[in-house]
Amino acid sequence: MIEANLPLLVPLAFLIPALLIPLIGVRAPGAAYPLALAAVLASIPIAGFGLFRVIESGPVTYTLGGWEAPIGIELVLDPLASFLTLVVTVVSCLVLIHARHVASVEHPDKRVPYYSLVLLLLAGFCGILSTGDLFNLYVFLEISSLAGYGLVAIGDKRSPVSAYRYLILGSVGTGFYLLGIGFIYVMSGSLNMADLARILPHILDQPAVLAGLILMVTGIGLKMALFPLHFWLPDAYSSASSATSALLAPLGTKVGAYILIRVLFFVFDPAAVEQRAPIASAIAWLSAGGVLYGSLMALAQQELKRMLAYSSIAQIGYIGLGLGMANPLGFTGAVLHILNHALMKAALFLVAGNLRVQLGHSNIAAMDHRLSRQMPWSMAAFTVGALSMIGLPPTAGFFSKWYLVLGGIQGSYWVFVAVILMGGLLNAVYFFRVVERVYLPFRRGLPDNGAANGGAEVVESREARFSMLAPTLILAGALLALGLASSFLVNRVIHLMVPAGL
Amino acid sequence: MEIEFIAGHNLYWIISLLLLVGLYGMLAKRNLVKKLVGMNIFQTSIILFYVAIASKRNATVPVIDAALGSVDPAHYINPLPHTLMLTAIVVSVATTGVGFALLISIFRRYRTLDEDALLKRMR
Repeated sequence: MIEANLPLLVPLAFLIPALLIPLIGVRAPGAAYPLALAAVLASIPIAGFGLFRVIESGPVTYTLGGWEAPIGIELVLDPLASFLTLVVTVVSCLVLIHARHVASVEHPDKRVPYYSLVLLLLAGFCGILSTGDLFNLYVFLEISSLAGYGLVAIGDKRSPVSAYRYLILGSVGTGFYLLGIGFIYVMSGSLNMADLARILPHILDQPAVLAGLILMVTGIGLKMALFPLHFWLPDAYSSASSATSALLAPLGTKVGAYILIRVLFFVFDPAAVEQRAPIASAIAWLSAGGVLYGSLMALAQQELKRMLAYSSIAQIGYIGLGLGMANPLGFTGAVLHILNHALMKAALFLVAGNLRVQLGHSNIAAMDHRLSRQMPWSMAAFTVGALSMIGLPPTAGFFSKWYLVLGGIQGSYWVFVAVILMGGLLNAVYFFRVVERVYLPFRRGLPDNGAANGGAEVVESREARFSMLAPTLILAGALLALGLASSFLVNRVIHLMVPAGL
Repeated sequence: MEIEFIAGHNLYWIISLLLLVGLYGMLAKRNLVKKLVGMNIFQTSIILFYVAIASKRNATVPVIDAALGSVDPAHYINPLPHTLMLTAIVVSVATTGVGFALLISIFRRYRTLDEDALLKRMR
């Protein structure tokens, strides 16, 4: 009974409390957080069971209102969708536990709308992941985008301006996507993804179909911040509150990447499209530019959250590279990198949140070696996250880059292999810049007094409280655990997702 | 052939023009309210596109009723794109609402809605 309804349950688990919170929150603001946490906690077992069920016995479909597809809207939970739903629910749960204290410090008067918007955002994300209909996907995309604009606006003084820019560019993105669907609907008469996958090979020679695909990819590129359509991202992520950026940065762009995978590999046939218009290779070349640009810009940033935002652009580039290679190894690397980047970006943004709450700033220039004794655990988590970003074994980041490099070698894309390795080096430079400041007592030739006296300096602990530290450490631990479990993950789960056409 | 191609698609040319006007307003105008107006024009052009692709000459509302004329499906316009656009209109209204809310919040903090003045005051 519950199995047939699985695709609907996760979005509903977020949507209903999202609407209840403002109603209850007017009278009892304190009820907002427990309600939000309960929703997220309830969604994890559902998503976990969904993944288990899909792996054991194939995709689950649910037809809304009993209207059979392709006339009606259907929700489909396949390996890719159910896997990413589980990632979204787990990461958002950890971030939400962390967010309670951050929210009460950074925006105490906006807690009720904050939790409501978070759940709306997650409902949109999970809806995007589970839908089997292109227009339905647009509606969920707009739900998550509108919630995202609102969330970005809850932040520092500049945040409404960043949110407004995000809104304008986000509307261009969703507008292009909608126009693209229109083109494809005119030519095919269908909006159902599975139905389109059957129809499109016969009409792929029509220019309007390809134009529709290009419009859709442009729109999705704007939403996932694919270079050079990334310019809304740094402002939006750095001026939003730490509780928001820790949620948007790991998940928002990843859901965009999922839409790209869905459209490019499941609705269209990548090999057939590539013969007519080089869309996948265009994505790969732009992504390669994004890897280098994002890494170089991250190097120039003086503020930790801004540095992480630029590093997100580079990491989206890695995902785009893997997709653009359009071979099974590159695809595996891209999906694995979606998972890994969600976890490591969450871990790093949580550390940035810890710093903001405990020190009141997250300026790289103001960090010094005392931090490694004031906040030892947060800094340890940061180091694990940084190692994973660079891609050093045994952290998870190594394995996704490993598959990306293998994909590049398999397709003889030597430039992309070089870009992936260069990106790793640049990552090392900008992360070690921070790690060096935190752990090494001697800098700029000036011996530190405390350390020079034999390290006798007493530094009082300013470590974050347990509710903030625990999610940070769990995420850092997960990066190490996933590194060890990655071959299991690839063989048992991800290989099920590789589309038949590759 | 070329003139027929241009003249035969008047409606689509108008829609494309509206789309470009909207994009220009969103990206090039320095006043934040004008950007929002541009966004509305942009979204309206997409809505018009959907409305245009569904309509056809000498067709009637898609209600199957012998008293209204024919029961032949060829005589009805396609209702689906119009239904989709009801949703798109709701989305457009919601986006405009959020946009205005953000503009109010920006104006309260910086007392300006001009992008150049805003950039100066944000420093």
